[in-house]
Amino acid sequence: MSGHSLIAARAGRWALNLYAALGLAYLFAPIAVIVAFSFNQPSGHFNIEWRQFTLANWQAPFADRALTDALWVSLRIAALSTLVSTVLGTMIAIALSRYRFPGSGAVNLLLVLPVTTPEIVVGSSLAAMFLGQNVIDFGMVTITIAHILFQLSFVAIIVRARLRDFDWTLEQAAQDLGAPPLRTFLTVTLPLILPGILAAALLSFALSIDDFIITFFNAGSTVTFPLQIFGASRVRIPPQVHVLATVILLVSVGLLVAGTILEHRRRRPNRVD
Amino acid sequence: MVAVREAHLSIGGGEFFALLGPSGCGKTTLLKMIAGFERPSRGRVLLDGVDVSDVPPWKRNVNTVFQQYALFPHLSVADNVAFGPRSRKLPAAEIDQRVSDALDIVRMGELAARRPSHLSGGQQQRVALARALVNLPRALLLDEPMAALDLKLREAMQLELKRIQRDVGITFLLVTHDQGEALTMADRIAVMNHGVVEQVGTPEQIYQRPASLFVAGFIGSANLLPGTVVDRDGEDAVVQLCAGARVRAAGGSHVGVTEPCTVMLRPERLRAVADPPADGRCVAATITQVVFQGASSRLEAVLADGASVVTQIESHHRPAFLQPGQPVWIAWEPGAAFLLAGWPAIAGTSGDVGRVEAPR
Repeated sequence: MSGHSLIAARAGRWALNLYAALGLAYLFAPIAVIVAFSFNQPSGHFNIEWRQFTLANWQAPFADRALTDALWVSLRIAALSTLVSTVLGTMIAIALSRYRFPGSGAVNLLLVLPVTTPEIVVGSSLAAMFLGQNVIDFGMVTITIAHILFQLSFVAIIVRARLRDFDWTLEQAAQDLGAPPLRTFLTVTLPLILPGILAAALLSFALSIDDFIITFFNAGSTVTFPLQIFGASRVRIPPQVHVLATVILLVSVGLLVAGTILEHRRRRPNRVD
Repeated sequence: MVAVREAHLSIGGGEFFALLGPSGCGKTTLLKMIAGFERPSRGRVLLDGVDVSDVPPWKRNVNTVFQQYALFPHLSVADNVAFGPRSRKLPAAEIDQRVSDALDIVRMGELAARRPSHLSGGQQQRVALARALVNLPRALLLDEPMAALDLKLREAMQLELKRIQRDVGITFLLVTHDQGEALTMADRIAVMNHGVVEQVGTPEQIYQRPASLFVAGFIGSANLLPGTVVDRDGEDAVVQLCAGARVRAAGGSHVGVTEPCTVMLRPERLRAVADPPADGRCVAATITQVVFQGASSRLEAVLADGASVVTQIESHHRPAFLQPGQPVWIAWEPGAAFLLAGWPAIAGTSGDVGRVEAPR
């Protein structure tokens, strides 16, 4: 190789590294700002200008009553909708993977529809549907139903991907060894697809906590965490927004790391049970 | 689609029985019916005289060694083996005892704590075997158990499997497409083709007295010479071969005079000689090829009707006249010629299934 092309190769490598660094900076800068401003002492109603480092916000994370209430509402909705959508979505994924039934192809296709449909369309059509009945009022229930609707597709798609390389003869082997269908599912199928189910549950939880547009249409007078921040941002952004956002971030990253470690340990060789 | 059309089998207790046939012949479907994963649309499956056709697999006292073993990847070797006894809710002490006994039988006791993914193919097979044997089934079903092993290991495991079967005394039902495997291990063999059991018998019966052209071609290699029955002489039939000679053949009592037939000659029972023997058990041929194969050489010759014949000759006693292009007499000892009904799709030698089809 000539000296010229060696320099070119080195320059190319540097350019690539720089590009990667810029890409990462672009992705993480907003997050860094949020974390940093959770330690800021704001001057007025808006925590947007750096004044002075303080731990005061972290000592009183729940000082903003309305924000705390909204977070609590969001957590309850996320917990319930995640539970329901994970169970139902997993069942859909298993049915689609294991059986060929009339309409299974259509279901496979329609599954992606809620994911690809613009949220504004889903949100407004759901609102129209809820308006047309007198059984349930807008509030926690309608928000939860709406969240389950889009979570369901995500869960089913993720678990189905996990099941794609699942060896169904393992189920036959379990039955052959005397395990009825339910026991087969609990002792063989479920443990093997659990990582996929947990990943799906984490994602749907995050989607629920995070959702604004669909929730906005179907909330009635109920205020979730994103709705509260949006509503309040016109008059004030208290530093607690940054504190709670950082907590949510830490919890998600923590879960992700824990999941990765668990998965790694599970695959470690020669583990004695 | 019909996978199994006709199969009447009765397998004795403690027997090593093989279902042999080419892929797609229905042998695996038959095995699944016995295991309980397929339901026969007609007919019954009896286990110890009890009709189990409608009993689900988890309630049948038979166990399967799957083709790819289907070991549970999230469980250790010991937990894999303990799966059956735990499903049947046996007391913990008995489970431990049985698991360690089963692992001892297959000589895998030392690797009890390992995960299946950290075992070799042969070790995985032993675990699959222990996992089935630990339940003391009435019958153990083996679905192409050697298919995932390399050739050398396969031969060792065949003998090992035979030893284990003798030790535990459990009925083994082996499904295989490998005739050598079936001949080596089985006490009795059922040969299947197109969903039909064509013959059931000991390895020797099936090899020496095949019931059909298909069986003759599928087991070992056979020279199949087409002809017509012209007369019957006691047990023997007199056959006018298409190649010209008139010969006597045993068997085939169901083939009537004037009907088309085939004379089967196993290569190892043929001799290549310069002059026709006095008893007339011979055909004239022209040598096409002599291939050195070590201790023996493979001699190929062609008959007057174009059918090719193969035999083995000793390499160090090769007479001078055995040269390509030379005329030769292919002769055989009394009892070597065996009569089969119908004509082969391709006359002459057949060692592989692709070239022989059973007459319809």
